[in-house]
Amino acid sequence: MSHWQPSAEIGILQKRAQLFSEVRTFFAAKDVLEVDVPVLAHATVTDPNIESFTVTSSLKPAASYYLMTSPEFYMKRLLAAGCSAIYYLGHAFRDEQTGSRHQIEFAMLEWYRPHWTMEQLMQEVAALVDNFLPGDVKRITYRQAFMDVVGVDPHCADLAALKELAHKKLSPAFDSDDRTIWLDLLFSHLVEPQLSGKVFLEQFPAAQAALAQTHTDAYGNQVASRFELYIDGLEIANGYQEELDAGVLARRFSSDQALRVCRGQFVPAADSNFLAAMQAGIPPCAGVALGVDRLLMAMTDQENIAAVLPFTF
Amino acid sequence: MASYSTSEFKGGLKVMLDGDPCSILENENVKPGKGQAFSRTRLKNLKTGRVVEKTFKSNDTLESADVADRDMQYLYNDGEYWHFMEPDTFDQYQADKNAVGDAALWMKEEDVCMVTLYNGAPLAVTPPNHVVMEVMETDPGLRGDTATGGTKPAKLATGAVVKVPLFMNVGDLIRIDTRTGEYLGRAKE
Repeated sequence: MSHWQPSAEIGILQKRAQLFSEVRTFFAAKDVLEVDVPVLAHATVTDPNIESFTVTSSLKPAASYYLMTSPEFYMKRLLAAGCSAIYYLGHAFRDEQTGSRHQIEFAMLEWYRPHWTMEQLMQEVAALVDNFLPGDVKRITYRQAFMDVVGVDPHCADLAALKELAHKKLSPAFDSDDRTIWLDLLFSHLVEPQLSGKVFLEQFPAAQAALAQTHTDAYGNQVASRFELYIDGLEIANGYQEELDAGVLARRFSSDQALRVCRGQFVPAADSNFLAAMQAGIPPCAGVALGVDRLLMAMTDQENIAAVLPFTF
Repeated sequence: MASYSTSEFKGGLKVMLDGDPCSILENENVKPGKGQAFSRTRLKNLKTGRVVEKTFKSNDTLESADVADRDMQYLYNDGEYWHFMEPDTFDQYQADKNAVGDAALWMKEEDVCMVTLYNGAPLAVTPPNHVVMEVMETDPGLRGDTATGGTKPAKLATGAVVKVPLFMNVGDLIRIDTRTGEYLGRAKE
């Protein structure tokens, strides 16, 4: 039997078109420039938890390209070249398991605000989302959310304690000496489902900084200057006070690559154009990526991402 | 032996977990915003019948279990083993009490049952969903009482006891749902 029909109802596709149009209106009014960066890229991320699709060329069999997992590297190259506030509204790709919240091709809205703090950007994210889902956004630190549900401080608890909690509350069928994996397990299975309404989660563990800066919190822990917006336990947006130091980024990429070697994963080269642009320098800035499909899911009360996309894998 | 990655987990897949063959019932992917993805999996232990929930890291693997479901004819019980035959090959298998379990209550000679083989030996036996069996013992029937809806116990040749309507008699044939042990109706056969 052929499945030619769309996975979303036409009414939801109309809401989708309207959402795209209102996002563009929102940024046009604030003089944020839309940038249409390539989805086919020469280089990709090294993040060990994000896999890229590799694309081959029949004309140049030796070359391989990637479908971009985020427009971030291109956008930061534009910032280095002198662009002021910019946004991208288009598709991104990740080679991962599909599910009710994940598609391998999805719509992403990403924007950068030079000379802004993360705090200012969070206000803007709240204002944008308020147009579609009105209501206040609560704020909580990763530490507090974790302590409320799991009962221990995620920054201080040692590996053995996290493991013991995971075994008491869940049934992990694996072992690991990586604290981050146990934090991810406890957080995703126990804490995330408790985040009801619109919630900004802040001050992630420093090991989860990705491309964000780190700072010291009120309790002396190193934390990432990173926030996430959740709507009823569904992750909607992820923002950073962007790390500007090309040396720090290069070292994070190397440790990503080392971890990939350890895990037997594909090891992509670091994006040298991106690192060169960071070397040339971008202004201090805050940036955020927002899952447009998931926002539409929240707006239309859909449990499955397929219900808001015309066609899916 | 082949192995399966979490991305291949789906209902019905037979895998080895902690040394026991299991059947995957459900699999759900859980991925935090940035970080390790997990697979939350419900599995049924085919030896004990127990259902467990386990969390795997994405791309962890489990060995496949050499488990196969085959339709076989039930031949006879020799007091210790239940004997089955595969109709195509005439290969015979003997299943012990652990493998047969409650299925023994619902098996009649010559009925076709599903025998689950693990490493070539019977691990579990599933009777047909509906079977017809003869009432061996019950209180005398109340003639004409088809309306009051009362029931009484009736014992079958296998020792199973089923609640039947008051009008049923010894020697009557009844149809039973083996999954619930409920009386479905009178059978003619």
